Amino acid sequence: MEYVIILISAIFVNNIVLSQFLGICPFLGVSNRVNTALGMTGAVTFVMALSTLVTYLLQYYVLVPLHMEFMQTVVFILVIAALVQMIEIIIKKISPSLYQALGIYLPLITTNCCVLGVAILVVTKEFTFGGTAHFLNLGESVVYAVASALGFGLALTIFAGIREQLELSDVPKAFRGVPIALVTAGILSLAFIGFSGLVK
Amino acid sequence: MDRFNNKLGIVRRGMINNNPTFMLILGMCPTLGTTTSAINGLCMGLATMFVLILSNTIISAVAKFIPDKVRIPCYIVIIASLVSVLQLLMQVYVPALYKTLGIYIPLIVVNCIILGRAEAYAKSHSVGDSALDGLGVGLGFTLALTVLGMVRELLGNLSFFGLKLAHADGMLAFVLAPGAFLVLAYLIVIFRKLTAKIINK
Amino acid sequence: MVLSLTVVCLVCSTILGFVYKSTAEPIRKAEIAKTNASIGEVVPAFDNTPSEEDTVVTVGGNSYSVFIAKNGGDIVGYAIKSHSTGFGGVINLMVGVTPDRMIYNTSVISMSETPGLGARIVPYGKFNAQFKGWDPDKKVLKVKKDGGDVDAITAATITSRAFTAAINNALAVFDRIKNVKTDMSNGQVQQ
Repeated sequence: MEYVIILISAIFVNNIVLSQFLGICPFLGVSNRVNTALGMTGAVTFVMALSTLVTYLLQYYVLVPLHMEFMQTVVFILVIAALVQMIEIIIKKISPSLYQALGIYLPLITTNCCVLGVAILVVTKEFTFGGTAHFLNLGESVVYAVASALGFGLALTIFAGIREQLELSDVPKAFRGVPIALVTAGILSLAFIGFSGLVK
Repeated sequence: MDRFNNKLGIVRRGMINNNPTFMLILGMCPTLGTTTSAINGLCMGLATMFVLILSNTIISAVAKFIPDKVRIPCYIVIIASLVSVLQLLMQVYVPALYKTLGIYIPLIVVNCIILGRAEAYAKSHSVGDSALDGLGVGLGFTLALTVLGMVRELLGNLSFFGLKLAHADGMLAFVLAPGAFLVLAYLIVIFRKLTAKIINK
Repeated sequence: MVLSLTVVCLVCSTILGFVYKSTAEPIRKAEIAKTNASIGEVVPAFDNTPSEEDTVVTVGGNSYSVFIAKNGGDIVGYAIKSHSTGFGGVINLMVGVTPDRMIYNTSVISMSETPGLGARIVPYGKFNAQFKGWDPDKKVLKVKKDGGDVDAITAATITSRAFTAAINNALAVFDRIKNVKTDMSNGQVQQ
């Protein structure tokens, strides 16, 4: 039950892009086509679940016992960068077709702040899923990472759909490109506020 | 004098032509996430500027000793270390602010502006020029965040740098997430109109 | 290639370790100073060091830190570090209770409520001022929507409820302390 709450909360109520402002760069950059949006979502979900798993274990079994919490930022970003490289090499070997689909997004993920953001959040923030405030355990952390990635994917895909339509419409010259995309994102974010209160 | 103008030009180009927020559309997460008030925006800008100036300086100094193939990991390590230093210093001197800005402070590591300037400028310019470029881009970023925070605070909370202007509720949506997107969209349009002349010159 | 990456990593972590060593003590001091400041806000004038006289009390499975403020040897107030769940996350609240079971004052230690809405529990204003000198025996510590006497912040009922709940938690802690005291006087020492 608690996993369901985490899923709904992270996808709709506290959408990582539209209400927490993480991962805005790819949100604005690679959201012109629904297909690319779906590809990006797949890659991000994979990387985020794996990196959160690894950084969670590192935090509680290496950094905390050694009293090296101050190295958190450095260690986490290195882990993510290395993981992304590794995944790229492995996918290339195992499934060239998957590499064709995800390959170009992988290098971009290192600097996608939702990956590092979620990795840091799960070990530093007390969450309130299921009523009482607590730090997430390993299972909850991974579910939270996957749910955040799905929330990212949902926002990205809806946004890409709107932008495909937007290309056909007559936008004032000054607003073409990024400004109109931001206005669209603003309205989308307004719609997502409607979900607040859905999960306590 | 020419030399001075030249140096000033580096700062100005960083601030206007390469303004990270309005021109390059980089570093959007802290831009949107921390600008619920003018003071938060200002502080986030300054924190980023601190890392940007130091990372530009250090990277331009060590760039020739680092082999091309591993330069990105090296830059990331340098930037992440600087951010960690910033985190520790903030906990000592401004703990309340550190709490308010929260996750966005460690996320300076993945701010594309910093790696972007290292790659596009610092690695191929002198130490002094790189520091100035960091200063210019940092100022441009700080300016953008402060203005964005100011407008959102004014519309959403009817206050100016925390000073309440009227005893009434503002338009709350501007402090919440949607307002961030909308205000930024309009600011980009205005900034581009205003600076079009300077840049085309 | 590998060598230069190793060198960069080593140099960076050495510098970072050094900065950490030299900031560890100031960070700890800043945290204590912050706790002291919020204790000072919520209890009457005292002449001891409450942050050194702290006990941990467990009520309903949650543990709370209690700081005892004394003036001339007499207890003038209990600063209780309470918490509850708001809209955006945990609200940590320092609640000052006087020995005669009145709320002396409150101070928000940390919260992540919506700016402009729930976050209005932090600056001193109409909402938190109403709890100053609140007598829980005369006025009900619940928001008006739930049949109590607390004026909620407009459009931030969940936050107001959580704030009120944190005060109630602190009162429960206070009652537990009082019971412990009574038990102690009966010769049964328990914590």
